[in-house]
Amino acid sequence: MAPDKNLLERWKSAEILLLGGSAGSFKILFQIVKLLAPDLNKTVIIVIHRKKNFFSEIEKLFAENSRMLMREIGDKDILNKNTIYIAPANYHTLIEKEGTFALDVSEPVWFSKPSIDVTFESAAEVYKERCIAILLSGANQDGAEGLLKLRNSGATTIAQHPEDAEMTEMPTAAINIGAAEYILHTDEIFTLLST
Amino acid sequence: MTDTNVILTAAQITELIDLVKRMHGFDFSGYTKASLKRRITRIMQLKKLSFYDLKHALVNNQDFFQEFLEEITVNVTEMFRDPSFYKGLNSQVIPYLSTYQHSKIWVAGCSTGEEVYSMAILMREAGLSNKSFIYGTDINTEVLREARRGIYSLRNIKSYAENYQFTGLKGSISDHFTILYDAASIHNELKQNTLFSVHNLVSDGIFNEFQLISCRNVFIYFETELQEHILELFYKSLCPLGYLCLGSKETIRSDTFKKKFKVINPKENIYQKIGS
Repeated sequence: MAPDKNLLERWKSAEILLLGGSAGSFKILFQIVKLLAPDLNKTVIIVIHRKKNFFSEIEKLFAENSRMLMREIGDKDILNKNTIYIAPANYHTLIEKEGTFALDVSEPVWFSKPSIDVTFESAAEVYKERCIAILLSGANQDGAEGLLKLRNSGATTIAQHPEDAEMTEMPTAAINIGAAEYILHTDEIFTLLST
Repeated sequence: MTDTNVILTAAQITELIDLVKRMHGFDFSGYTKASLKRRITRIMQLKKLSFYDLKHALVNNQDFFQEFLEEITVNVTEMFRDPSFYKGLNSQVIPYLSTYQHSKIWVAGCSTGEEVYSMAILMREAGLSNKSFIYGTDINTEVLREARRGIYSLRNIKSYAENYQFTGLKGSISDHFTILYDAASIHNELKQNTLFSVHNLVSDGIFNEFQLISCRNVFIYFETELQEHILELFYKSLCPLGYLCLGSKETIRSDTFKKKFKVINPKENIYQKIGS
Protein backbone atom coordinates (compact mmCIF):
# COMPACT_ATOMS: atom_id res chain seq x y z
CA MET A 1 0.00 0.00 0.00
CA ALA A 2 1.32 3.44 -0.90
CA PRO A 3 1.93 5.65 2.11
CA ASP A 4 -0.47 8.44 2.98
CA LYS A 5 0.45 11.60 1.06
CA ASN A 6 0.57 13.78 4.14
CA LEU A 7 2.79 11.27 5.90
CA LEU A 8 5.10 11.13 2.91
CA GLU A 9 5.42 14.91 2.92
CA ARG A 10 6.28 14.93 6.59
CA TRP A 11 8.77 12.09 6.26
CA LYS A 12 10.54 14.03 3.53
CA SER A 13 10.74 17.25 5.50
CA ALA A 14 11.78 15.66 8.83
CA GLU A 15 15.32 16.32 10.03
CA ILE A 16 15.45 13.49 12.54
CA LEU A 17 14.31 9.91 12.36
CA LEU A 18 13.92 8.25 15.77
CA LEU A 19 13.64 4.48 15.98
CA GLY A 20 12.79 2.68 19.21
CA GLY A 21 12.70 -1.06 19.66
CA SER A 22 13.02 -3.78 22.22
CA ALA A 23 12.46 -7.54 22.16
CA GLY A 24 11.67 -8.70 18.65
CA SER A 25 12.76 -5.49 16.94
CA PHE A 26 16.23 -6.42 15.83
CA LYS A 27 15.27 -7.92 12.47
CA ILE A 28 13.15 -4.99 11.36
CA LEU A 29 15.76 -2.46 12.55
CA PHE A 30 18.36 -4.37 10.61
CA GLN A 31 16.20 -4.11 7.48
CA ILE A 32 15.64 -0.39 8.05
CA VAL A 33 19.34 0.30 8.52
CA LYS A 34 19.98 -1.57 5.30
CA LEU A 35 17.46 0.32 3.21
CA LEU A 36 18.16 3.89 4.35
CA ALA A 37 19.75 5.92 1.56
CA PRO A 38 23.21 7.37 2.18
CA ASP A 39 21.99 10.81 1.07
CA LEU A 40 18.92 10.71 3.31
CA ASN A 41 19.76 14.17 4.64
CA LYS A 42 18.50 13.24 8.12
CA THR A 43 19.97 12.27 11.45
CA VAL A 44 18.89 8.78 12.47
CA ILE A 45 18.86 7.76 16.14
CA ILE A 46 18.26 4.17 17.21
CA VAL A 47 17.41 3.26 20.79
CA ILE A 48 17.30 -0.51 21.25
CA HIS A 49 17.16 -2.30 24.60
CA ARG A 50 20.01 -4.65 25.38
CA LYS A 51 22.00 -6.05 28.25
CA LYS A 52 24.89 -4.10 29.73
CA ASN A 53 27.67 -6.68 29.74
CA PHE A 54 26.48 -8.46 26.66
CA PHE A 55 28.96 -7.20 24.12
CA SER A 56 26.50 -7.29 21.34
CA GLU A 57 27.52 -7.29 17.76
CA ILE A 58 24.58 -5.05 16.96
CA GLU A 59 26.64 -1.98 16.07
CA LYS A 60 29.01 -4.03 13.96
CA LEU A 61 26.23 -5.82 12.11
CA PHE A 62 24.39 -2.59 11.50
CA ALA A 63 27.52 -0.78 10.33
CA GLU A 64 28.49 -3.55 7.94
CA ASN A 65 25.06 -3.50 6.34
CA SER A 66 24.36 0.20 6.20
CA ARG A 67 25.16 2.63 3.44
CA MET A 68 25.05 5.44 5.97
CA LEU A 69 27.72 6.35 8.49
CA MET A 70 27.13 4.50 11.75
CA ARG A 71 28.21 5.68 15.20
CA GLU A 72 27.72 4.59 18.77
CA ILE A 73 26.84 7.77 20.68
CA GLY A 74 29.56 9.31 22.84
CA ASP A 75 28.90 12.10 25.32
CA LYS A 76 28.71 15.60 23.72
CA ASP A 77 28.84 14.19 20.19
CA ILE A 78 27.26 16.51 17.63
CA LEU A 79 24.17 15.29 15.75
CA ASN A 80 25.19 15.12 12.10
CA LYS A 81 23.04 14.44 9.08
CA ASN A 82 23.41 11.26 7.04
CA THR A 83 24.56 9.42 10.12
CA ILE A 84 22.90 6.65 12.11
CA TYR A 85 23.51 6.95 15.84
CA ILE A 86 22.94 4.07 18.20
CA ALA A 87 22.34 4.66 21.91
CA PRO A 88 25.01 2.93 24.03
CA ALA A 89 24.05 0.19 26.48
CA ASN A 90 23.78 1.15 30.17
CA TYR A 91 23.29 4.88 29.49
CA HIS A 92 20.29 7.01 28.71
CA THR A 93 20.69 9.30 25.71
CA LEU A 94 19.42 12.87 25.93
CA ILE A 95 19.59 15.61 23.32
CA GLU A 96 20.74 19.12 24.19
CA LYS A 97 19.34 22.28 22.68
CA GLU A 98 22.59 22.95 20.83
CA GLY A 99 22.19 19.71 18.87
CA THR A 100 24.57 17.58 20.90
CA PHE A 101 24.04 14.31 22.74
CA ALA A 102 24.26 14.15 26.52
CA LEU A 103 24.50 10.77 28.22
CA ASP A 104 23.06 9.94 31.62
CA VAL A 105 23.58 6.96 33.93
CA SER A 106 20.55 7.48 36.17
CA GLU A 107 18.14 4.71 37.13
CA PRO A 108 16.54 2.54 34.42
CA VAL A 109 13.08 3.47 33.10
CA TRP A 110 10.78 0.49 32.58
CA PHE A 111 13.77 -1.64 33.62
CA SER A 112 15.58 -0.31 30.60
CA LYS A 113 18.76 1.67 30.11
CA PRO A 114 18.84 3.00 27.41
CA SER A 115 15.22 4.00 27.72
CA ILE A 116 13.28 4.97 24.61
CA ASP A 117 11.05 7.30 26.65
CA VAL A 118 14.03 9.36 27.78
CA THR A 119 15.41 9.91 24.29
CA PHE A 120 12.02 10.52 22.69
CA GLU A 121 11.02 13.04 25.36
CA SER A 122 14.21 14.98 25.04
CA ALA A 123 14.00 14.95 21.22
CA ALA A 124 10.43 16.22 21.48
CA GLU A 125 11.58 19.26 23.41
CA VAL A 126 14.38 20.16 21.08
CA TYR A 127 13.18 19.13 17.61
CA LYS A 128 9.36 19.20 17.87
CA GLU A 129 7.74 18.89 14.42
CA ARG A 130 11.13 18.30 12.82
CA CYS A 131 11.13 14.65 14.07
CA ILE A 132 9.54 11.50 12.83
CA ALA A 133 9.51 8.59 15.27
CA ILE A 134 8.72 4.91 14.91
CA LEU A 135 8.07 2.61 17.85
CA LEU A 136 8.60 -1.08 17.08
CA SER A 137 8.16 -4.45 18.73
CA GLY A 138 8.84 -4.80 22.46
CA ALA A 139 7.70 -6.59 25.59
CA ASN A 140 7.25 -3.59 27.88
CA GLN A 141 5.78 -0.10 27.82
CA ASP A 142 8.93 1.91 27.31
CA GLY A 143 8.56 4.43 24.49
CA ALA A 144 4.82 4.97 24.70
CA GLU A 145 4.99 8.10 26.90
CA GLY A 146 7.89 9.43 24.89
CA LEU A 147 5.98 8.92 21.66
CA LEU A 148 3.02 10.78 23.16
CA LYS A 149 5.26 13.71 24.08
CA LEU A 150 6.57 13.74 20.54
CA ARG A 151 3.08 13.73 19.11
CA ASN A 152 2.00 16.53 21.44
CA SER A 153 4.95 18.63 20.36
CA GLY A 154 4.08 18.27 16.70
CA ALA A 155 6.31 15.39 15.65
CA THR A 156 5.08 12.65 13.31
CA THR A 157 4.57 9.47 15.30
CA ILE A 158 4.22 5.91 14.06
CA ALA A 159 3.68 2.60 15.84
CA GLN A 160 4.38 -0.72 14.19
CA HIS A 161 1.09 -2.57 13.64
CA PRO A 162 0.79 -4.99 16.58
CA GLU A 163 -0.21 -7.74 14.15
CA ASP A 164 3.28 -7.55 12.65
CA ALA A 165 5.21 -7.06 15.89
CA GLU A 166 6.88 -10.09 17.41
CA MET A 167 6.14 -8.61 20.84
CA THR A 168 3.01 -6.51 20.80
CA GLU A 169 3.12 -4.79 24.19
CA MET A 170 5.25 -1.80 23.24
CA PRO A 171 3.39 -0.60 20.13
CA THR A 172 0.05 -1.49 21.77
CA ALA A 173 0.85 0.64 24.82
CA ALA A 174 1.58 3.59 22.54
CA ILE A 175 -1.59 3.08 20.53
CA ASN A 176 -3.70 2.80 23.71
CA ILE A 177 -2.65 6.20 24.99
CA GLY A 178 -3.11 7.85 21.62
CA ALA A 179 0.60 8.37 21.02
CA ALA A 180 0.65 6.94 17.50
CA GLU A 181 -0.65 9.17 14.76
CA TYR A 182 -0.07 6.37 12.26
CA ILE A 183 -0.17 2.61 12.75
CA LEU A 184 1.76 1.00 9.94
CA HIS A 185 2.45 -2.55 8.82
CA THR A 186 6.10 -3.49 8.51
CA ASP A 187 6.09 -3.35 4.71
CA GLU A 188 4.48 0.10 4.84
CA ILE A 189 7.29 1.27 7.12
CA PHE A 190 9.85 -0.06 4.66
CA THR A 191 8.10 1.62 1.73
CA LEU A 192 7.92 4.95 3.54
CA LEU A 193 11.56 4.93 4.62
CA SER A 194 12.82 3.98 1.19
CA THR A 195 10.84 6.74 -0.54
CA MET B 1 7.01 7.27 32.98
CA THR B 2 6.62 10.99 33.46
CA ASP B 3 3.74 13.18 34.35
CA THR B 4 3.47 15.27 31.22
CA ASN B 5 2.00 18.13 33.25
CA VAL B 6 5.36 19.22 34.61
CA ILE B 7 6.89 21.49 32.01
CA LEU B 8 9.90 23.58 32.90
CA THR B 9 11.14 26.39 30.72
CA ALA B 10 14.80 27.24 30.19
CA ALA B 11 14.21 30.50 32.08
CA GLN B 12 12.87 28.60 35.09
CA ILE B 13 15.92 26.34 35.11
CA THR B 14 18.16 29.40 35.11
CA GLU B 15 16.12 30.90 37.93
CA LEU B 16 16.56 27.76 40.02
CA ILE B 17 20.29 27.62 39.33
CA ASP B 18 20.62 31.22 40.54
CA LEU B 19 18.52 30.54 43.60
CA VAL B 20 20.53 27.46 44.61
CA LYS B 21 23.75 29.35 44.09
CA ARG B 22 22.66 32.30 46.22
CA MET B 23 20.99 30.30 48.99
CA HIS B 24 23.22 27.25 49.23
CA GLY B 25 26.47 28.10 47.47
CA PHE B 26 26.29 25.29 44.92
CA ASP B 27 26.86 26.33 41.32
CA PHE B 28 25.04 24.18 38.77
CA SER B 29 25.39 26.63 35.89
CA GLY B 30 27.94 24.44 34.11
CA TYR B 31 25.80 21.31 34.28
CA THR B 32 24.24 19.95 31.08
CA LYS B 33 20.78 21.41 30.81
CA ALA B 34 18.97 18.37 29.40
CA SER B 35 19.83 16.12 32.34
CA LEU B 36 19.44 18.89 34.92
CA LYS B 37 15.97 19.56 33.58
CA ARG B 38 15.12 15.87 33.70
CA ARG B 39 16.28 15.59 37.31
CA ILE B 40 14.40 18.69 38.45
CA THR B 41 11.24 17.52 36.69
CA ARG B 42 11.67 14.19 38.44
CA ILE B 43 11.90 15.67 41.92
CA MET B 44 8.84 17.85 41.23
CA GLN B 45 6.90 14.75 40.23
CA LEU B 46 8.10 12.63 43.15
CA LYS B 47 7.30 15.32 45.69
CA LYS B 48 4.27 16.63 43.83
CA LEU B 49 5.61 20.15 43.81
CA SER B 50 4.76 23.04 41.55
CA PHE B 51 7.59 25.31 40.46
CA TYR B 52 6.58 27.78 43.13
CA ASP B 53 6.51 25.06 45.84
CA LEU B 54 9.94 23.92 44.76
CA LYS B 55 11.40 27.41 45.10
CA HIS B 56 9.68 27.85 48.44
CA ALA B 57 11.12 24.61 49.79
CA LEU B 58 14.60 25.47 48.50
CA VAL B 59 14.54 28.81 50.26
CA ASN B 60 12.94 27.76 53.54
CA ASN B 61 13.89 24.19 54.19
CA GLN B 62 17.53 23.22 54.61
CA ASP B 63 16.73 19.50 54.88
CA PHE B 64 14.91 19.66 51.60
CA PHE B 65 18.00 21.05 49.94
CA GLN B 66 19.97 17.92 50.92
CA GLU B 67 17.29 15.79 49.32
CA PHE B 68 17.22 18.02 46.28
CA LEU B 69 20.99 17.74 45.95
CA GLU B 70 20.83 13.98 46.20
CA GLU B 71 18.09 13.77 43.62
CA ILE B 72 19.56 16.06 40.99
CA THR B 73 23.06 14.67 41.20
CA VAL B 74 22.82 11.17 39.79
CA ASN B 75 23.97 8.57 42.30
CA VAL B 76 23.53 5.42 40.29
CA THR B 77 26.76 3.43 40.46
CA GLU B 78 28.00 -0.15 40.40
CA MET B 79 30.98 -2.16 41.53
CA PHE B 80 33.19 -3.07 38.57
CA ARG B 81 31.05 -1.09 36.18
CA ASP B 82 32.42 -1.51 32.64
CA PRO B 83 34.48 -4.59 33.49
CA SER B 84 36.78 -4.04 30.51
CA PHE B 85 37.92 -0.82 32.19
CA TYR B 86 39.21 -2.81 35.17
CA LYS B 87 40.87 -5.23 32.80
CA GLY B 88 42.68 -2.32 31.18
CA LEU B 89 43.60 -0.84 34.54
CA ASN B 90 44.97 -4.16 35.71
CA SER B 91 47.20 -4.71 32.72
CA GLN B 92 48.23 -1.14 31.89
CA VAL B 93 48.21 0.87 35.11
CA ILE B 94 48.75 -1.53 38.02
CA PRO B 95 52.32 -2.42 36.89
CA TYR B 96 53.11 1.29 37.00
CA LEU B 97 51.54 1.77 40.44
CA SER B 98 53.48 -1.18 41.80
CA THR B 99 56.75 0.68 41.15
CA TYR B 100 55.80 3.26 43.76
CA GLN B 101 56.65 2.95 47.43
CA HIS B 102 53.17 4.23 48.07
CA SER B 103 50.46 5.33 45.65
CA LYS B 104 47.48 7.58 46.06
CA ILE B 105 44.27 7.18 44.10
CA TRP B 106 41.40 9.66 43.85
CA VAL B 107 37.91 8.56 42.83
CA ALA B 108 36.16 11.86 42.09
CA GLY B 109 32.36 11.85 42.22
CA CYS B 110 32.38 8.54 44.08
CA SER B 111 28.72 8.62 45.16
CA THR B 112 27.92 5.64 47.43
CA GLY B 113 31.44 4.24 47.14
CA GLU B 114 31.10 1.19 44.92
CA GLU B 115 33.86 2.34 42.64
CA VAL B 116 36.21 3.10 45.51
CA TYR B 117 35.77 -0.44 46.83
CA SER B 118 36.18 -1.90 43.35
CA MET B 119 39.49 -0.07 43.16
CA ALA B 120 40.41 -1.31 46.65
CA ILE B 121 39.65 -4.90 45.60
CA LEU B 122 41.73 -4.49 42.47
CA MET B 123 44.66 -3.22 44.55
CA ARG B 124 44.24 -5.97 47.10
CA GLU B 125 44.24 -8.67 44.46
CA ALA B 126 47.39 -7.11 42.96
CA GLY B 127 49.01 -7.33 46.40
CA LEU B 128 49.19 -3.54 46.71
CA SER B 129 46.79 -3.03 49.61
CA ASN B 130 49.49 -1.88 51.99
CA LYS B 131 51.09 0.35 49.43
CA SER B 132 48.05 2.30 48.33
CA PHE B 133 45.43 4.69 49.61
CA ILE B 134 42.14 5.58 47.95
CA TYR B 135 40.28 8.86 48.40
CA GLY B 136 36.62 8.97 47.47
CA THR B 137 35.01 12.39 47.13
CA ASP B 138 31.57 13.68 46.30
CA ILE B 139 29.63 16.93 46.77
CA ASN B 140 26.95 15.11 48.66
CA THR B 141 27.40 14.32 52.37
CA GLU B 142 24.52 11.84 52.42
CA VAL B 143 25.95 9.49 49.78
CA LEU B 144 29.35 9.66 51.48
CA ARG B 145 27.78 8.37 54.67
CA GLU B 146 26.58 5.33 52.75
CA ALA B 147 29.98 4.97 51.14
CA ARG B 148 31.67 4.86 54.55
CA ARG B 149 29.27 2.18 55.74
CA GLY B 150 30.13 0.01 52.76
CA ILE B 151 27.00 -2.10 53.03
CA TYR B 152 25.23 -3.00 49.82
CA SER B 153 22.08 -4.95 49.11
CA LEU B 154 22.56 -8.55 48.12
CA ARG B 155 20.54 -7.99 44.97
CA ASN B 156 23.04 -5.41 43.79
CA ILE B 157 25.95 -7.63 44.77
CA LYS B 158 24.69 -10.28 42.37
CA SER B 159 24.95 -7.87 39.48
CA TYR B 160 28.37 -6.70 40.73
CA ALA B 161 29.52 -10.32 40.78
CA GLU B 162 28.49 -10.60 37.15
CA ASN B 163 30.53 -7.50 36.33
CA TYR B 164 33.47 -8.96 38.24
CA GLN B 165 33.39 -12.11 36.12
CA PHE B 166 34.04 -10.03 33.02
CA THR B 167 37.06 -8.21 34.54
CA GLY B 168 39.32 -11.21 34.10
CA LEU B 169 40.47 -10.89 37.73
CA LYS B 170 41.49 -14.21 39.20
CA GLY B 171 39.96 -13.96 42.66
CA SER B 172 36.36 -13.97 43.73
CA ILE B 173 34.33 -10.91 44.62
CA SER B 174 32.85 -12.73 47.62
CA ASP B 175 36.33 -12.83 49.23
CA HIS B 176 35.92 -9.15 49.97
CA PHE B 177 32.73 -8.88 51.95
CA THR B 178 30.62 -10.57 54.59
CA ILE B 179 27.02 -11.48 53.95
CA LEU B 180 24.55 -10.39 56.61
CA TYR B 181 21.00 -11.48 55.84
CA ASP B 182 20.09 -9.60 52.68
CA ALA B 183 23.10 -7.31 52.64
CA ALA B 184 26.83 -7.55 52.02
CA SER B 185 29.31 -5.65 54.13
CA ILE B 186 32.69 -4.70 52.70
CA HIS B 187 35.59 -6.11 54.75
CA ASN B 188 37.24 -3.72 57.15
CA GLU B 189 40.58 -4.50 55.63
CA LEU B 190 39.44 -2.82 52.42
CA LYS B 191 38.01 0.15 54.26
CA GLN B 192 41.27 0.81 56.11
CA ASN B 193 42.90 2.14 52.97
CA THR B 194 40.07 4.45 52.03
CA LEU B 195 38.96 7.91 53.04
CA PHE B 196 35.70 9.53 52.00
CA SER B 197 35.31 13.28 52.11
CA VAL B 198 33.30 16.14 50.63
CA HIS B 199 34.82 17.81 47.59
CA ASN B 200 33.04 19.94 45.02
CA LEU B 201 34.68 19.63 41.61
CA VAL B 202 33.13 22.93 40.55
CA SER B 203 34.44 25.08 43.38
CA ASP B 204 37.10 23.22 45.40
CA GLY B 205 40.79 22.95 44.61
CA ILE B 206 43.70 20.54 44.79
CA PHE B 207 44.06 18.60 48.03
CA ASN B 208 46.80 16.08 47.30
CA GLU B 209 49.04 14.63 44.61
CA PHE B 210 47.88 11.42 42.97
CA GLN B 211 49.24 8.63 40.82
CA LEU B 212 45.77 7.83 39.55
CA ILE B 213 42.53 9.79 39.28
CA SER B 214 39.31 8.11 38.23
CA CYS B 215 36.31 10.26 37.37
CA ARG B 216 33.90 8.11 35.44
CA ASN B 217 30.39 8.99 34.35
CA VAL B 218 30.67 12.41 35.96
CA PHE B 219 31.76 14.52 32.97
CA ILE B 220 28.55 13.59 31.17
CA TYR B 221 26.74 15.96 33.55
CA PHE B 222 29.02 18.90 32.76
CA GLU B 223 29.15 21.23 29.81
CA THR B 224 32.42 21.39 27.90
CA GLU B 225 33.65 24.56 29.62
CA LEU B 226 33.23 23.11 33.09
CA GLN B 227 34.87 19.88 31.96
CA GLU B 228 37.89 21.93 30.98
CA HIS B 229 38.01 23.63 34.37
CA ILE B 230 37.99 20.22 36.07
CA LEU B 231 40.59 18.79 33.68
CA GLU B 232 42.87 21.61 34.83
CA LEU B 233 42.26 20.58 38.44
CA PHE B 234 43.01 16.93 37.63
CA TYR B 235 46.09 17.80 35.64
CA LYS B 236 47.51 19.77 38.56
CA SER B 237 46.55 17.01 41.02
CA LEU B 238 48.42 14.30 39.12
CA CYS B 239 52.09 13.47 39.57
CA PRO B 240 54.16 13.50 36.37
CA LEU B 241 53.09 10.49 34.26
CA GLY B 242 50.08 9.93 36.52
CA TYR B 243 46.93 8.40 35.06
CA LEU B 244 43.49 9.84 34.48
CA CYS B 245 40.48 7.59 33.83
CA LEU B 246 37.27 8.91 32.33
CA GLY B 247 34.15 6.88 31.55
CA SER B 248 34.03 4.77 28.41
CA LYS B 249 31.79 7.29 26.63
CA GLU B 250 33.66 10.37 27.87
CA THR B 251 36.67 11.76 26.07
CA ILE B 252 38.94 14.77 26.47
CA ARG B 253 37.59 17.21 23.87
CA SER B 254 39.65 20.28 24.66
CA ASP B 255 42.66 20.83 22.36
CA THR B 256 44.63 22.30 25.25
CA PHE B 257 44.29 19.14 27.29
CA LYS B 258 44.63 16.74 24.38
CA LYS B 259 48.25 17.91 24.27
CA LYS B 260 48.73 17.45 27.99
CA PHE B 261 47.53 13.88 28.15
CA LYS B 262 48.56 10.81 26.19
CA VAL B 263 45.85 8.28 25.35
CA ILE B 264 46.80 4.96 26.92
CA ASN B 265 43.59 3.07 26.26
CA PRO B 266 41.30 4.70 23.68
CA LYS B 267 38.39 2.39 24.35
CA GLU B 268 38.30 2.86 28.11
CA ASN B 269 39.53 6.46 27.99
CA ILE B 270 42.56 5.98 30.19
CA TYR B 271 45.01 8.88 29.84
CA GLN B 272 48.49 9.61 31.11
CA LYS B 273 49.74 13.06 32.08
CA ILE B 274 52.60 14.25 29.91
CA GLY B 275 54.70 17.41 30.22
CA SER B 276 54.69 19.14 33.57
